[in-house]
Amino acid sequence: MLKELFNQDTAPHATNVLVGKLGEILIRAVGKPLNSAINWGRLWSLWPVHLETACCSVEFGAASSPRYDVERFGIIEAFGSLRQCDLIVVMGTITRKMAPRLRMVYDQMPDPKYVIAMGACAITGGLYFDSYNVLPGIDGVLPVDVYVPGCPPRPETLIQATMLLQEKIKRMKTV
Amino acid sequence: MTTQLPPGIELEKVDDRIMTLNVGPQHPGSGHMRLIIKIDGDYIVSCDPDPGYVHRGEEKMAEYRNYIQNIPHLERPVIHDSSNILYPYCLAVEELLDIEVPERAKYVRVIASELNRCIYTLYWLAIYGIFLGHSTMFMWPAGDRELFIDLLEAMSGARVTHAYLVPGGVRNDLPANFEERCLRQVNYLEKRLKEYEDIFYQNPLLKARTEDTGILSGTDAIRLGTTGSVLRASGVDFDIRKKEPYDVYENLDFETVVMKEGDSYARSRVPYLEMFESCRIIKDALRKMPKSGSVRTKLKPNPKGGNDEVYRRVESGRGSLGYYIVSNNRPEPYRVKISVGSFRNLICMPYLLKGEKLGNMPAVYWSLNYWPVEADR
Amino acid sequence: MTKKKEKDGEPSETTDVLSDKPESQDTDLSNTLTKDELRKFYEEKGIDLSPDVPIHPKPIPEFEKSLSDKITSKFGSKVNVDYVRPNRIRVSTKREDILDVAYFIRDELRYDHAESVAGVDYPDSKEIEIVYHLGCYTDEQNGSQILALATRVPREDIPSPGKDKSRTPSLRDVFYSVEFHERECFEMFGVYFEGHPDNRRLLLPEDWADIPPFRKDFKIKGR
Repeated sequence: MLKELFNQDTAPHATNVLVGKLGEILIRAVGKPLNSAINWGRLWSLWPVHLETACCSVEFGAASSPRYDVERFGIIEAFGSLRQCDLIVVMGTITRKMAPRLRMVYDQMPDPKYVIAMGACAITGGLYFDSYNVLPGIDGVLPVDVYVPGCPPRPETLIQATMLLQEKIKRMKTV
Repeated sequence: MTTQLPPGIELEKVDDRIMTLNVGPQHPGSGHMRLIIKIDGDYIVSCDPDPGYVHRGEEKMAEYRNYIQNIPHLERPVIHDSSNILYPYCLAVEELLDIEVPERAKYVRVIASELNRCIYTLYWLAIYGIFLGHSTMFMWPAGDRELFIDLLEAMSGARVTHAYLVPGGVRNDLPANFEERCLRQVNYLEKRLKEYEDIFYQNPLLKARTEDTGILSGTDAIRLGTTGSVLRASGVDFDIRKKEPYDVYENLDFETVVMKEGDSYARSRVPYLEMFESCRIIKDALRKMPKSGSVRTKLKPNPKGGNDEVYRRVESGRGSLGYYIVSNNRPEPYRVKISVGSFRNLICMPYLLKGEKLGNMPAVYWSLNYWPVEADR
Repeated sequence: MTKKKEKDGEPSETTDVLSDKPESQDTDLSNTLTKDELRKFYEEKGIDLSPDVPIHPKPIPEFEKSLSDKITSKFGSKVNVDYVRPNRIRVSTKREDILDVAYFIRDELRYDHAESVAGVDYPDSKEIEIVYHLGCYTDEQNGSQILALATRVPREDIPSPGKDKSRTPSLRDVFYSVEFHERECFEMFGVYFEGHPDNRRLLLPEDWADIPPFRKDFKIKGR
């Protein structure tokens, strides 16, 4: 472990692991009594990674437009760095070229992280079920928390999905 | 010159100065594609676009579906411009099957196409605002766009994927008191567009970032085969609505927008000025449209094209959009090739970004009116 | 229509309407039933077998005819004018002559850019057709025209892109705008463009190990 930290090639990954372990220890120490407080903190920091994968990103953009304005709920705020994000919204079709990149992005996000599969293509492949270059759903790549059906889903559906995710986080154990 | 360097210190080689930078696919300034950029300090030495992250094989899938089943998946590449990407498909299939379209349907199609062009351009403008860090320019067009989406939702029943244009006409007639509603929205947009001028186009920050960056001369624009607003911003007066009028565009009153500068500012301004022309077209079409009549010629079930081929094109939000369909007496097309404006403008990217500052990359990139999902098909 | 376009390798139109019925229908029906019974059977099922496209002879437009005449008078039997329609001309040529024809089209007829480069696969005649759709920005009169320049390259049953006989001269020196289109055509059909500086993969994933996907022998799943 320590040796890995000082090796130049493995150092970034090892640092991640170390920080994760320290966080786990911290949570174990304060987890039980402060469960609801930690969950409350996680509820309102659902900031998504900016990874547009297909055409559903149009509706994702419309969700932050003045009419729908998701930011009034304190969720889904447009954000730059994936190191500080804990939500990834998979917006539509995942092709075979995109799948390794998607997994790479997911691996770089800090724990805890949540996944919303938006659109029929991200759930089953949708209209492109018989295409040679499209994955039949992203279940094989990422563990999905909430599925949002529709082709594309309306922005209201995305808001509801995020609220369902908040409900789920409330009932989660922190440890 | 032979200078003795102290041990352990070497002169900088050229290769060390050049750094390779991956922009995308996870990058706020790239969308669904990757640009492999080599930079020397702050200047871009070379750029190699790497599209294909949304390549879904639409053209192959179209060979397994008949002419009507092909409609829904062919509009998915540009869902915010879905009427315009279906328009040439409908024209091509009509020529292939020898279908006559009712007069009223032609006008309804033109209205739907121009409304969709406004929706597309407003979304594009919103993202351009975000790229340049101008949040107001995201909020205003994104909000005004919803009003036009409401109009098309009333026409077709769906929010963005309308599938409203079908071979033989349009899917259903206009809703009650549509004309009044449409006129109200169009007048509202014209009023708002003038406010965009003040807050965005006369903004000194925008001018500083876009003027004289990424200059494309007229001869180069022709040589590279660019299309749409990129071409017209370089001073070439070419609009398929004027040059090869389809449906009723020859009866309607509008002008093409041409700018001579060829820089990012001109490229960002041409689509904006075209929205005024779109409003003119919609108003004119509403005036000249037959007030009643059929809007759809019914096709036979499972229609078969002859042993023939056809190439039809229209002017979409991103330029010329053509369909090449080969048929061989079967209900399914033998081969469908979609020639999209985004893919044709992709060739500009290495050309324009070379020698540009890295900070100007988003301004040049998005001014090319490039939508990666469409380019990959 | 001047010359009826013929695509070798495809069944030519016959008077017997039953010959062009879809292949997906059961073939054993035709063995047991006579033709009249078969026709009645399909009519009851609502399947229409009559040709959908009535043939209306259209007048040959003047301007397009003059353009195509220029090509034929220059090259004679080397080129074949497939059709001349309003705003559309299609010319096919052998791949040895395509560079000469392309230079002539660019310099004399003033077509200046390529709209698309499409490949069409004909497995029956063992050929792949490459169709360049050329357009014109500079000429006032030519603006509405599209000239389709087609050529055919041999097709290998087992393709090895870049190494086999499916190759044709690249038109990049003539029309600079074909660069990305030819790259796409190379990966989708396996047709190598000689003289193209950058025959790399464009849209498909880096680990694509199958045959080029737009060939007819590449079947997509479930179909």
